[in-house]
Amino acid sequence: MTKHYGRVLALDGAEFTVYPGEVVALIGDNGAGKSTLVKTLSGTIRPDSGEILIEGKPVRLASPLDARRHGIETVYQDLALAPDLDAAANLHLGRELYLIPFLRVLNRAAMRERAVAAFGELGVSLPDVTAPVATLSGGQRQSVAVARAALYASKVIFMDEPTAALGVLQRERVLDLIRRVRDRGISVVLISHNMPEVLAVADRVEVLRMGRRVAVFTAAQVSVEQLVGAMTGALEVTAALKTASADVDNGAGVSRSGDAGTAGGTS
Amino acid sequence: MTGGGPDTPGITGAQPDPSQAPAQPGSATGGSTASAATATSGPAEPATAVVSAEATLRTDSRAQEERAAAQDRAELRRASLGRRLLRRTITANESWTILALIVIMAFFTIKAPGTFLTTNDLSLIAQNASPLLVMAIGQTFVILTAGIDLSVGSVLVLSSVIADEYYQHHGAGSGGWLTVIIGMVIAIAVTAAWGGMQGFLVAKAKIPPLISTLGGFGAALGISYLITGGVDLGSPPGPVKNTIGAGSVAGVSWLIVISFVATLVFGLILSYTRFGRYTYAIGSNPEAGRRAGIAVDRHLIKVYALAGALSGLAGIMSLGFNDGTTLTGHTTDNLTVITGVVLGGASLFGGRGSMLGTFIGIFIPQVLNSGLVILGVNVDWQQVAIGVVLVGAVYLDQFRLRLRDRAG
Repeated sequence: MTKHYGRVLALDGAEFTVYPGEVVALIGDNGAGKSTLVKTLSGTIRPDSGEILIEGKPVRLASPLDARRHGIETVYQDLALAPDLDAAANLHLGRELYLIPFLRVLNRAAMRERAVAAFGELGVSLPDVTAPVATLSGGQRQSVAVARAALYASKVIFMDEPTAALGVLQRERVLDLIRRVRDRGISVVLISHNMPEVLAVADRVEVLRMGRRVAVFTAAQVSVEQLVGAMTGALEVTAALKTASADVDNGAGVSRSGDAGTAGGTS
Repeated sequence: MTGGGPDTPGITGAQPDPSQAPAQPGSATGGSTASAATATSGPAEPATAVVSAEATLRTDSRAQEERAAAQDRAELRRASLGRRLLRRTITANESWTILALIVIMAFFTIKAPGTFLTTNDLSLIAQNASPLLVMAIGQTFVILTAGIDLSVGSVLVLSSVIADEYYQHHGAGSGGWLTVIIGMVIAIAVTAAWGGMQGFLVAKAKIPPLISTLGGFGAALGISYLITGGVDLGSPPGPVKNTIGAGSVAGVSWLIVISFVATLVFGLILSYTRFGRYTYAIGSNPEAGRRAGIAVDRHLIKVYALAGALSGLAGIMSLGFNDGTTLTGHTTDNLTVITGVVLGGASLFGGRGSMLGTFIGIFIPQVLNSGLVILGVNVDWQQVAIGVVLVGAVYLDQFRLRLRDRAG
């Protein structure tokens, strides 16, 4: 997959794989191409070259609606909720249920019930599905956005920094929500800067650097230092999982390029 | 829904979870310890320790969350419709508008018992306000999308000029119902197209509504002057003049019937149909609408076309009521209408407002006016009062919006 913006190469043969029913974290430093990659996979932008395979079949995602038709939903960082509408209305925005379909008369009771059921299933606790979303807390809003994606996604949900703006407890709730979504058989792609969070919730981690996938880890067998190392290029490892010394931190330009062979797929 | 009180912005409300308490290091509950672990985990932390700490505590906090969730669901089931309604009533803007209207009416009734609020008086107020009310319906839709339509008064004039021009060429005052209806359909079709064009400029050409409709305001009036040569056209046919303009059904003026029925119908459309919901959604967050697959541009064009068509209908009503066109009489209608809609609680930032609010908001200046006349107070005070109230209303709206955004 490649994508140019003018002369800037945002994606330089990046690859990315999602398996059914897993949480996979996509990490990378700022400008590594995470957002671009996710946008191409959710149909927002079209790649210059490369292909997207869903269950082995190549597909063209010309728009977010296309992606949606393939069971792919996206939770945007800014959530894309209408703050003056209630949670039930936001959940059904663009997919309303009708009482009298011919006149486009809404079935508000049915949408409310479906919303309560959807939130209940995911363990999301909202005070009132008929209160405007603007009156909810950040975490509750995030939950509404995630629940909406979960209600319609049949295969994959992309989540761009879902916990970035949240407090500690709300963050925990959202991470739990992500696990519950996965337990329902929907894969979740989590884009995050928070390494402990990534390790806490993800099954696998794919690392993007300068528009390429540079590493793939199993979350259970990797440490924060290794992730950071792979992200910054300080550590070019995949297979040989060495125990990194504890003082490697985000900004440290410690060169570890001698460690092992380069990782990951390019195409 | 802990107790069903008014929403408390800024507080995570309603989650009776013990771990909601601020996470204090060393606090005993599993939830807060887990969160403390997450909080301290900067990139430089010895991460393995953090992760394992979280893992052991996860089960604990999760069980707690599930209990909390179950409690919430139970509470939600118990939350009565009545309580929800009560909260809605307190927080809804139109409640304050209704209250204001009641206070004004009570004041004048006490001050001038027996003269104010007579049936005749009310009926006259309602008749005068009818064309304004019809224009305010369209204006409400436009303002809900975070737009504004300054063209309404001129479009009203354009409609009455087009219809009357047709009537003058088809039997003038002696035209029958068929002629009347044809003229009406032409006038409303033209004004709907006019509104649609303004909507196109707003949605597609990205010209701010203030400017597109200000241009439309001037141009529509200009065309009206060009058609008539600047001289008002004479009497429309009987059905327009005597029935729509001056007739009544079961003792109620047709003007009132038309405007009230239109308000009801479009109020229902606003509240109960997809068209209404998309109008709110677009005004609330157009990007959310777009991502949800709503054809935002097309919807905006429809909304402005609707506003144009309703101004067109108001033009026919005005033509009958005034027994001819009134080229110079509507230059400030737009301000009157916008004032009414805003007094009715609609937010100029879009997404909030209601048809009931607009209905009441339109009548406040009218009632005030009539009351001041009866009391013998200089009517110009009405304009002063409305001006102050209007600015105050918008200030309150902005204040509330700021509170809300801070709550996020």
